[in-house]
Amino acid sequence: MELLSGGEMLMRALKEEGVKLIFGYPGGAVLHIYDALYRQDTVEHILVRHEQAAVHAADGFARSTGDVGVALVTSGPGATNAITGIATAYMDSIPLVVISGNVPSHLIGSDAFQETDMIGCSRPIVKHSFLVRSIDEIPTVMKKAFHIARSGRPGPVVVDVPKDMTAPSEKRIFDYPETVQLRSYTPAQKGHAGQVRKALDLLLGAKRPVIYAGGGVILGNASDELTALAKRLGHPVTNTLMGLGSFPGSDDQFIGMLGMHGFYEANQAMHQADVIFAVGARFDDRVTNDPKKFCPNARIIHVDIDPASIQKTVSRIEVPLVGPVKTVLKDMSELLVQLDEKPNLEALENWWKTINGWREKQGLWTGDRFVRGKKIMPQDVISTLYEVTHGEAFVCSDVGQHQMFAAQYYKFNKPRRWINSGGLGTMGFGLPSAMGVQLAHPDHAVAVVTGEGSIQMCIEELSTCTQYNMPLKIINLNNGALGMVKQWQDMQYGGRYAASTYQDSLPDFVKLAEAYGHVGMKVTDPSELKSKMEECFSMKDRLVFMDIDIDPDEHVYPMHIATGSMKDMILSKTERT
Amino acid sequence: MSPGALSRVVGLFSQRGYNIESLTVAPTEDPSLSRLTVTTIGEDAVIEKITKQLNKLIDVIKLVDLTEGEHIERELMLIKIKAAGAQRAEVKRTSDIFRGQIVDVTLSQYTVQLTGTSDKLDAFIEAIGPTAILEVVRSGVSGIARGERVLSV
Repeated sequence: MELLSGGEMLMRALKEEGVKLIFGYPGGAVLHIYDALYRQDTVEHILVRHEQAAVHAADGFARSTGDVGVALVTSGPGATNAITGIATAYMDSIPLVVISGNVPSHLIGSDAFQETDMIGCSRPIVKHSFLVRSIDEIPTVMKKAFHIARSGRPGPVVVDVPKDMTAPSEKRIFDYPETVQLRSYTPAQKGHAGQVRKALDLLLGAKRPVIYAGGGVILGNASDELTALAKRLGHPVTNTLMGLGSFPGSDDQFIGMLGMHGFYEANQAMHQADVIFAVGARFDDRVTNDPKKFCPNARIIHVDIDPASIQKTVSRIEVPLVGPVKTVLKDMSELLVQLDEKPNLEALENWWKTINGWREKQGLWTGDRFVRGKKIMPQDVISTLYEVTHGEAFVCSDVGQHQMFAAQYYKFNKPRRWINSGGLGTMGFGLPSAMGVQLAHPDHAVAVVTGEGSIQMCIEELSTCTQYNMPLKIINLNNGALGMVKQWQDMQYGGRYAASTYQDSLPDFVKLAEAYGHVGMKVTDPSELKSKMEECFSMKDRLVFMDIDIDPDEHVYPMHIATGSMKDMILSKTERT
Repeated sequence: MSPGALSRVVGLFSQRGYNIESLTVAPTEDPSLSRLTVTTIGEDAVIEKITKQLNKLIDVIKLVDLTEGEHIERELMLIKIKAAGAQRAEVKRTSDIFRGQIVDVTLSQYTVQLTGTSDKLDAFIEAIGPTAILEVVRSGVSGIARGERVLSV
């Protein structure tokens, strides 16, 4: 039997869970843990410049690999700084274990220096949390934390560790459990066979079907199964913002992203559909528009690992199917082969004619739906990025107009390549999440698509990138204003730009990048965009900050008309459906 | 049960905008488990959402909606009532009608213990009238299924 301190136990537990990389920031309450970290060589630690970035980096690591991301932060401000990161991961169901220090047990509740109730603060934004009460329970707590984070509908788990639990002088027997028993937590392993049959019957009889696939397909590693079933059925596939890459973007059956800034053809198809097959999607308000007017003629199948997702916003679910998407989709494909039944080919042919008509009329990929001026257009930046990276880059986005342009114009052919904060919409997510992605994929091109607003929310991480040689490519769509805010102010507030401009206070991003030891590039001329972008990506071992001046007046279209149905859209500054 | 577990249950109601009408909680014969009875009001669809969300909490081991079947609801009330002069006999009589017990007595007050459904306790309060009532403490509802149905884990 091995005797270890609590700090050593935490490190050994990480090793047992296969963790090789963690992100964190030291402080008083975690110094014992950091000392244990120093005295081992399995787990590498990345020192960020702000705890929010530690959690976003762990999150980016998790999104791009499917493994659990780990962050380590100290008590008090370390813990509260981590909150935005945890909430971001919670909203997008990302598996994380966040270890936070706390003041010694006997000081808890005394308003001690750097004390905060992390279990209380994080309660509404975690899948679960643990307060370590004795050193002996550390192995079991860590085993449970990883199990809960990665299984079922994944999510962040907080492990709050009072300082006395990690003291080097207190050693206990370390026996890491091989399995974990949680009597109250047993996520479904398989979909109900009867429901699988019902779902398939509905799909086979459909005349105007749409497969509506979300982030759950990516989280559940079910892209191959989704693609196989969709191919067999010949049905059109649309993806949510979180689902991009779950079905190949350049496939003919892909009808684009749906929702608020979704493709015209995708939203029209949803509205006209007679059968909607929702897979790993949660009928978010940014997808449905008014849920009461949602797809009035559709019979809906909903596959989800989380029973609470079903009938949460849209109540007309005819075939609920609780189970892991991967198994359910596989079961459906197998049953389809056994049944030897064909979909309604004639009806499908007509349906595709209609959809292709919408594509030709307003599709973002079948023609330019914007007017070019003298300035660089944001849409062209993303298309150029796609060309230069051959569609193979990891694209980590911040939040705002640039995020929507990236989602619309970069065709994702593979899952886990599109990394963005969809649920919480966290500005500042892009750069730190890209650090996690780059470290997980050191030989891959990793682009940060951002704006001059978002990038300034975690810009301190340029220093972390210097320390660990992370050759990120930052594509800054600089329109000199908080673009999405300004767009809404144009559309709904008579162009009164309340607090959405900076009055000439923006930094010189080129000099800023150079100050951190990186390469800075300024692009203003549309004719130079492609060559500069190529130059940027040719610098494989350098972080390059491309500050691109774009048309400041451009809006993101199409856009749902609020309180309408899915089909009701603004198509440009002058046209509506 | 840890205080953390209780705060998760209560927090879920406020976080998702559900109402808690009453909440009772106490340890069971297994000291690692507590039993809670929560009463809430909502349409079927809302109750279903509450049920699913509560079931998602790792600390929640089993959840049943008692109102789906025959069940018994009881609440305990201790109520301090002015009882001087002519009032004294009247309070005693009313208490007897409701099968209450006088559990504490002073020269000017009675403390009555009453159990029953929440409606019965409401009715008693109304019968005594607001001017005579000095203090009320209610336990919230505890519930159990009728017949042979047993909630076991």
